[in-house]
This record gives sequence, C-alpha cells and structure tokens, in this order.
Amino acid sequence: MFLSSLLNGITTGSLYALIALGPSLIYGLLRVLDIANAAGLTLGAYVGLKVWRATGSLLLSLGAGIVVSALFGLGLQRFLYRPILDRGPLIPLIASIGTFIAMEEAFRLVFGPAPLAFPARVPFHTLRLGGAIITGIQLIILAVGLVVLLGTWFTLRRTRLGLFWRATSQDRPTAEAMGINTRGVIASIFIIGYSLAAVSGIMLGINYNTVYPTMGDIPAYKMLAIIVLGGLGNPIGTIAAAMLIGLVETFVVMYAGFVLPRDAIAFIVLIVVLLVRPQGLLPGLRGTR
Amino acid sequence: MVVGVTIAIYAMLSVALNIVVGYAGQPNLAQSAFLGLGAYFAAVLSTRYHIGFWWTIPISFGVAGTAGFILGAISLRLREDFLAITTIGLNFVVVAAFQYVPFFGGAVGIYSIPLPSIGGRQFGNLDFLVTAACMLVLVVASSKYLERTWLGASLTALRDDESASSSVGIPVASYKVVAFTLSAAFAGMAGSIYAPFLSAVTPTSFGFTESVVILSMLIFGGVGTIRGALLGALVLGALPEVFRFISNFRLLTFGLILLLMLRFQPQGLAGDASAASRFIRNALAPLRQGSGPRRSRG
Repeated sequence: MFLSSLLNGITTGSLYALIALGPSLIYGLLRVLDIANAAGLTLGAYVGLKVWRATGSLLLSLGAGIVVSALFGLGLQRFLYRPILDRGPLIPLIASIGTFIAMEEAFRLVFGPAPLAFPARVPFHTLRLGGAIITGIQLIILAVGLVVLLGTWFTLRRTRLGLFWRATSQDRPTAEAMGINTRGVIASIFIIGYSLAAVSGIMLGINYNTVYPTMGDIPAYKMLAIIVLGGLGNPIGTIAAAMLIGLVETFVVMYAGFVLPRDAIAFIVLIVVLLVRPQGLLPGLRGTR
Repeated sequence: MVVGVTIAIYAMLSVALNIVVGYAGQPNLAQSAFLGLGAYFAAVLSTRYHIGFWWTIPISFGVAGTAGFILGAISLRLREDFLAITTIGLNFVVVAAFQYVPFFGGAVGIYSIPLPSIGGRQFGNLDFLVTAACMLVLVVASSKYLERTWLGASLTALRDDESASSSVGIPVASYKVVAFTLSAAFAGMAGSIYAPFLSAVTPTSFGFTESVVILSMLIFGGVGTIRGALLGALVLGALPEVFRFISNFRLLTFGLILLLMLRFQPQGLAGDASAASRFIRNALAPLRQGSGPRRSRG
C-alpha cells in the first residue's frame, strides 16, 4: 500500500514536473506566467490522439503533437507576448488567460465537447514490485520524467543554450550587449516549453484514457502553484516542488480523505505560501549558478 | 427587459471592478467570487430564514465587503502577477466553499429563491429592471464621487507610482484595502439582486471564467473610466443575447476580445488614451474652445 502510493506520488510528481517546467523556464526569462502553455498541452493531446488514430504509431503521434504545439507556442511568443512585454507582467498574464480560454472553447468547437478515449498500448508491460503495480504508461512517465530532469540539468549547466538562458534570465540588456541572441534564446525556450507541454498532454491522455477540451484546467493552476512553490523560474526548484506536490497530494488523499477537492487544497496552500514566503519555498536556488 | 437586467448587473460588476483595477491599478480576477458571495447569502437568507429582499441587500453588501477587506489586506503583501494568481485562487476556494460547506447548499445550489415583493406585490421583470438600474446608478454615482475625492486621486496616484505616493504621505496600504472593500461590496450588492432574478444559484456560475468575463468587459470598454466599464458591459453583455449564435461561442469571443484588445488597443474602446476617445476629443476641441473659459492646454 505504502509502496504503491509512493510510486503513484512519484509518477504524479514527474507529470507535474513535465507540465510546470516549460512555464517555469519561460517565467525565468520573461517574467510572464504563461497560462496558455496548458492550451499547448491540450493541443498536443488532441493532435497526438488524431495522429495515433490515423497511423497507430505512438512515436509519430508524439512527434506531430510536439511540432504543432511548439509552432503554437512560437506563434504566441512572436505575435502576442513580444509586442506587449514592456507593459508590465499583468497585461501578458491576462492576455495569456484570454488565449487559454479562447483555445479551450476552440477545442470544444473543433473536437466536440465529449471526452475522447485514448486507448494507446504502450510498449511496456505492467510491472509488479512486491505488491505495487506500475502500468506501462506510468513507467514511461517515470522514464521521460527522469530523462527531462537530467536533460534540463545538463542543458542548463553544461551547454551554450543553458549559459545563454541563465544570462538572459538574469539581465536581458546586458546579455544582448554581450552578443547573445536573446530573441533566439526566448524562441528556443518557447519551443522546449511547448514541446514538453505536448508530451505531458499525450501522456496525461493515455494515462487517464481520455482527452477533453478542458483537460488543461487542472494543469494550468497546478503549474502556477508549482512555479511559485519552486521559487519562480528556478527549474531545479520547480522539479522539486512538482515532486513534493505530487507526493503530498497522493498521500493526503490516501490517508486523510479530505472533504475539499484536492484542487482547492492546492490553491489554499498556494495562497498561504504566497503570504508567508512570497519568494517561494526554495529561493536560495534561484538562478541555478 | 431580461437582457436589460443582465446588462445592469454586469455594468455594476464592471464599474465596481474598475475601482480596484482602474483607479488603484491592482489586478483582481475574483470579481465573480464576490458576486457569488452576495448572491449566495441573499439566496440562503431568503429561502431558509425568510429574510426579505430589501434586507438581503445590505447583508450581501456587507458580507462581500468583508471578503473584499480580507483580499485587500492580502493584497498588501503581494504584487502584480502574484496578486493576480491569488485572486484566481480565491475563485476556486470560494466555489469549493459553495460546493462543500453545508450552509451553502452543496453542489446542486439553491433553487426557488422567492421573488422580492414591493408593497405587497411580487416583482415582475420591470421591477427588477428598475431596482437594478437604481443600484447601478448608486454604484456609478459613488464611483463618480470617488473620482473627485482625495481617495480617488490617491488611488490613481498609487497606481502610477506606489513608492512616490507613499512618500508624499498617501496611506497606500489602507487606501488599497478601501478600494478592494468598496469594489467587493458593490459586487455583493449586485449578487443580492442576481439571486432572486435568476431564482437559482449554482456554485459553478461564479467561477473563474465568469471573473474573466467581467474583466474582459472592463478591458474592452476601457480600464480606468466609468464610461468604459459601462460600454463594455453594455456591448459584451448584450452581444450573446442579441446574436444567439454567439452564445455558443461565448467564451471564445471573450477570450479573443481580451487577447486582441490587450494586443492592439490596451486602453480599451473608450479609455482615456484610446483611438476612439482621442478622435472624439479632437472633434469636440474646436467647440469647447469657442464655448467657454475651458481651453485646451498647449
């Protein structure tokens, strides 16, 4: 029982980490809370589902979802965020909320309001570990989560893109003066962020065997909570916070059986944290030296 | 007539929201939560405790105002996007409270809220319209009055530069709290007529998207001006009613409007620096110069 909850919690945490990592990187660069990223998640899930139905190939569907979602993110960055960035953080946030709501409605109109099943078979069998059960998709989520975690760490610390990301997030004009193509850095972060969103959307869809227009709702505000808890645009902190929230949620639901829905719990926790520690739980890690 | 009442309620909400967002420059994405508090208290009190409509108005006003006071106190610790997130969260918390606290009647909501009566006669649609219009006039008048007082001036000052205004002695903290309290109280008052008018309240009708709808009305019309708030509520409130086909795309329309306005015309249609109002002002300028002592500067 404990082991299976632990595994569930870690899986949920990895999924949250995938969902929140993109917006967290974007927040680190632009100080914009990119709620529309959750629309990229739903978009990726729908495109992935359609391609999977047409071809039966999970890899193709992942690829298509990633490409479409990344293009969407790129367009959003180019045509929505860039022109309004200098008007303070609120206007991009509200524009992003507008995008998110409009996209959800568009999904409902294009793909219909009913949830669609996503019964993809993953190339892993269900494992049993001393009473705990891991389904194939959970295994994939864990694997992808681990890869993304290591990949992020590696990219940020060991590659030129990581160096540029850090420089740009600390001081954009100075980074520009040093010859860094900050626009290119921002564009690449949007591509990464929306690709991750598509991957998490497809995995969410397979894991719960359903894709529906408002499936981005819960990720949208979970990711807000995680970004704040993780110390605002700090990728490593974001991953830690995602794991923490995934575990706490699973165990709280498991053992305490709260009356309130877990979504409201996340927000109450978020508000309390904002009030007590507005700089996030792990402010010391900011900037990821 | 029904459309008129709906528009009047939306107009109250957006004019009230303008006090916080427009004058004080604080983000507030929880306006429908205050509407919901007002509506729920009116509903519970009139169905379960048989308190008359006229008494529920001040109670809803007070309850929502208290909630606004709390949010105002919270707002002192948070800035800009974090305050915005907190107000988003408040929507979810309030909706969860409506759903899970037994006092509020659970997930199905409260039905068959009695019609208000005036002089022994039950309210018809016209009575609702007149009452809503009176409330709206009250909200607009208070808001107009606020614009002329030191409080209003101080709020716009703290919107433009918070540290500068506190350095000239404006009590930034308490004025912010006052703005949140007033705005929420008016929204609660709107709720007290919303409940008997629809005769039912359900938790989900006061969620986050409804707050976004109210905010997009204000942004569409022009943040910071009463006429903008009224225009936004009028146009966007009437749109889904007049063009039935839009009601199917309601959120799509509101989302796109929000997006396009912020991208291309962030002052709104009738805001102080918007293209339309500049055009009108320019057109009126020669008339004004001729007609009186008021001369345009420069």
